[in-house]
This record gives sequence, structure tokens and C-alpha cells, in this order.
Amino acid sequence: MARVIVMGGGVSGHTAATFAKKWLGKNHEVVVVTPNARWNWIPSNIWVGVGEMTKDDVTFELAPVYHKAGIDYRQAKALGIHPEGGSTHGDKPYIVIEYTGQGKEGQKEELTYDYLINATGPKLNFAATPGLGDANGLGEFTVSVCTADHAEHANHELQKVFEKAKHSKQTVLIGTGHGMCTCQGAAFEYIFNVEHEAKKAGVRDNLDIKWISNESFLGDFGIGGLHMKRGGYAASSRLFAESLFSERGVNWTIGAAVTQVEKGKAHYEQLDGTTGVIDFDFAMLIPPFAGVGLKAIAKDGTDITDQMFAPNGFMKVDANYAAGAYENWKASDWPKTYQSTVADNVFAVGIAFAPPHPISKPMKSPSGRDIFPTPPRTGMPSGIIGKTVAHSICDKILKGKNAHLHEASMAHMGAACVASAGKGLTNGTAAALTVYPVVPDFETYPGLGRDLDYTFGEIGLAGHWIKHILHHMFLYKAKLNPGWTLIPE
Amino acid sequence: MKEIEKRIKPYDANFTTMVPTAFVKAMRTCVLWQIIRFIVINIKMLVVVRKSH
Repeated sequence: MARVIVMGGGVSGHTAATFAKKWLGKNHEVVVVTPNARWNWIPSNIWVGVGEMTKDDVTFELAPVYHKAGIDYRQAKALGIHPEGGSTHGDKPYIVIEYTGQGKEGQKEELTYDYLINATGPKLNFAATPGLGDANGLGEFTVSVCTADHAEHANHELQKVFEKAKHSKQTVLIGTGHGMCTCQGAAFEYIFNVEHEAKKAGVRDNLDIKWISNESFLGDFGIGGLHMKRGGYAASSRLFAESLFSERGVNWTIGAAVTQVEKGKAHYEQLDGTTGVIDFDFAMLIPPFAGVGLKAIAKDGTDITDQMFAPNGFMKVDANYAAGAYENWKASDWPKTYQSTVADNVFAVGIAFAPPHPISKPMKSPSGRDIFPTPPRTGMPSGIIGKTVAHSICDKILKGKNAHLHEASMAHMGAACVASAGKGLTNGTAAALTVYPVVPDFETYPGLGRDLDYTFGEIGLAGHWIKHILHHMFLYKAKLNPGWTLIPE
Repeated sequence: MKEIEKRIKPYDANFTTMVPTAFVKAMRTCVLWQIIRFIVINIKMLVVVRKSH
């Protein structure tokens, strides 16, 4: 009997674990180690953050679902990986976990594995910007929508501002809270949902809504922007993003790194060296991401964390990390199998793998501060990568160790994305986008980097319906209800 | 449209952007048109999803 351990139960880890168990059956063991008791459909957190959904609408208890699937669920956080074995386990590799629930809080345990999937997702690195949130993200000065709890707190604070806006002018600041953030899309969705809700609450006229982000142009989204066919032109996402901001009366500050937050004040530096302060009454600023801080230890006790992980804490896989300057980047730098560079029975999926380099062009301010988006590895690509790695591992277990590894490069993969701009059955809108490939391939598609036949976008009510249907569809799939495998990632 | 135009100030950042006309805005929430777009967008997304798996 082989044992597959999946560290992390987010979109990628949950997908990998559930497919691995389905394909391996009862003869092999799948263990999920995640510190969370509930699964969260993160794309709907923005609706929790404006009071249109509750935490219970976007989360569910993991234990009954894993019990039904026959998956061994440990509510614990992983602390370290011993890929060569050691301790009392001989040559058998193992991980060290520390329980966060199930009545064993604080207890440590060693779990041996045959195959390991690192799907630990990000550490929300609020500490990177002084004054931005706190260790739990429930900051004194700013809020976040990165988790369902954060989003509930954000809505609580937002409603206070809406109440004040009935009597006086209020300023709302939304965007990224550091020079090297990703997830501009979540902030983009949140700002337009706040604007939509402010109109519904009758307080829009008293609300000054401002955007701040590390993108060098609006519509970059951490993927270097995109082009789509419109009116006989290949038009940049910048045009559509700027149009939406103008239409909704939202002012923007871009190419900006928030350097410090104080009560009601966000200090920033821009790419041209300009510094400034934006006063606010409510701020939702996305934190930068880092790896969760796993340690890797060799059999002799040597710390090999720097061999297994990049300096930002994400796991090194089969990518080309030596590409160098932006001019040298190629689509082929991106990983295909997500196999660790240190151990061939370890894989990293979703946000946990270290990208070879950003997708957006790196830029610095005159003071040397990095200000550019880091690459997103969430949503559809994250699910596809999780399933692909599960497929590879299952083949190795069932067909033999020489079985071919399956591939899912983000440079050969598209993504469908729906960004809400306001919730409502007949007056909601969302930008429905597809992009192919996610990572631009300037060799195959010179100039624009993407296939214009498969890259498109439009805003409207239909997009909102799709986002709402996807919310129910993916929660249905994640709960492993009948027919769940038929719903694509 | 008039409401959007009122917010634009010459040579501000939003002066050089394209803004939707009243017709374009109306079509975004026109239920009949959006039912058609719903079908079209779903087909386009399914093609990309299929190409990516």
C-alpha cells in the first residue's frame, strides 16, 4: 500500500487529493494535512466582503467530505519535510506536522510518505508592509478579503463607512498593499462591488473611491495584460480597464508600492520616484504572498531548505530558474511536471511552486524598490495542475515508477476567469475573460504573446450569471457530490 | 453617458480613456441580449477549458 500525502487543502490540494483517492481506490492511502477545518471557495470572498454572502455560503466542513471519500484528514500544519528519511524511519521520507484541531492542538507527529504533494498555498505576508493588517489579516488600519474571515471583517468595517457616508464624505482605498503583490483581480472585483453596493445603499455620492496598485498599467493583472479582438482591432486590456474605472468614477494610482500604513493614511512610492500619501476612511489592501516557511532537512540533519525552496519560500520544481533578464524569458522556462528538483517523489502545485520568474515585466523605482506584480497561480490553472500531478503520481503507483509524468505548463494552458463588477440577478455585471496561454509565448505568438482566437473578454450581466453559477458548481464539485468529476477544473 | 462625461476633466487620467455610450451600457444589462451572450461566452470558455485539459 502506497501513501500519498497532500499538504494543503485549497483549490489545488483538494483537487489533487480527491482525484488521487478516486484513481487509487481503497488499496492505497491518501492523507490531507491542512490547518483549516473548512474549505473556502475563495473567488466568492469578495461577495462576503460587501455583505452579499455570508461565510457559511462560501465555506464547508472538510471532515465529512474527506470521510465520505475515504481520505485520511489531519487538521494540522506541516512544519518540515525530510525527503531522505531519518529519525526512526530509516530511508523512508517523512514530514513533521503540528495539529491545529481534532482535539490534538499543538501535538506534533511524523508521517511517512511514498509521494508528497506540496499544496500549502501562500503565507499572507502582511508584515512586509508596516501597518498593513496583522498576523491574522484583521488589521487595525486596513482589511483584506483573502480568507472568508477576513472578508466578513471587511464587510463589518465597510458597513460602518457606508453608515458614516449617509452624513459626510468618506474615502475608500482599495488595491495592493506592497510593491510585489499578486491577486490584483481580487482587489479589482472588490472595488467595483463596493461601488455597486454604495449605489444600492444610496451613499455613492458621498464616497470617493480610489484604486492603488503595483501594476505599471491598469489591466496588467500580473499576466502582463492581454489583448482581445474588438471592433476590428486587437485591443489591450488597458483600454477596457481604464474605461471601467472612468465609467464608475474611480480614480487610480498605479505603478505604486504602498510602503507604510498608518491610521487613515497610506504612504506610497511610484515607479517614477514620486512619493505621496493617500488619506482614507476604509482601506482594503491585498498583502503580498510568500511561502509558508516549510523546512527541508537531509537525513544527516543538515538544513537543505535553500536547495528545496526558493528564497521566497516557494518550492523549486522543474522550471528554468536561470533565465535571467526579462529579454531572455521564454515560455519554456515554466514548469511542466511540477516535480521537485531535490526529490523525485515530491511535487508542488498551485501557489506553492516557485515560478521561474514573473510574467509582468519587472520594474524598479529610482530608489531601487521593486514595483511589479508577481505571477498569479490560482483558479483554473491551479486546479488543472493539482489534477495533473495527481495523475502522474497515480500512474507511478499503479503502473510502476518509470511511468510517464503528465504535463500542465501554464505556457500551454488557457484560463477562464470571471471578475465580478457588482452582484444582482438583473443589474449585476462581471467581466468574463479567457486567456490562452496564461504565460505569454512570444515565440509562438510574436508581438502579443497570446492566441487572439482564444483570448477574449466582455463585461455584462451574462458574466455575473456565469460567476454565480460557477460559485454553486465548484462548491458542489468540492463537496464530491454525484457527478463531481464531470465538472472541469 | 452624461453622468460619466460630467466626471471627466480635461487632461486628467480619465480624459484619454474610452467610455461606453448609453446604448452599450444598456445592452450590458439587457436580459434578452445577455441570454444570447451567456450562451456565446459559455461556448468560448468551454473551448478554452477543453484546450487546456
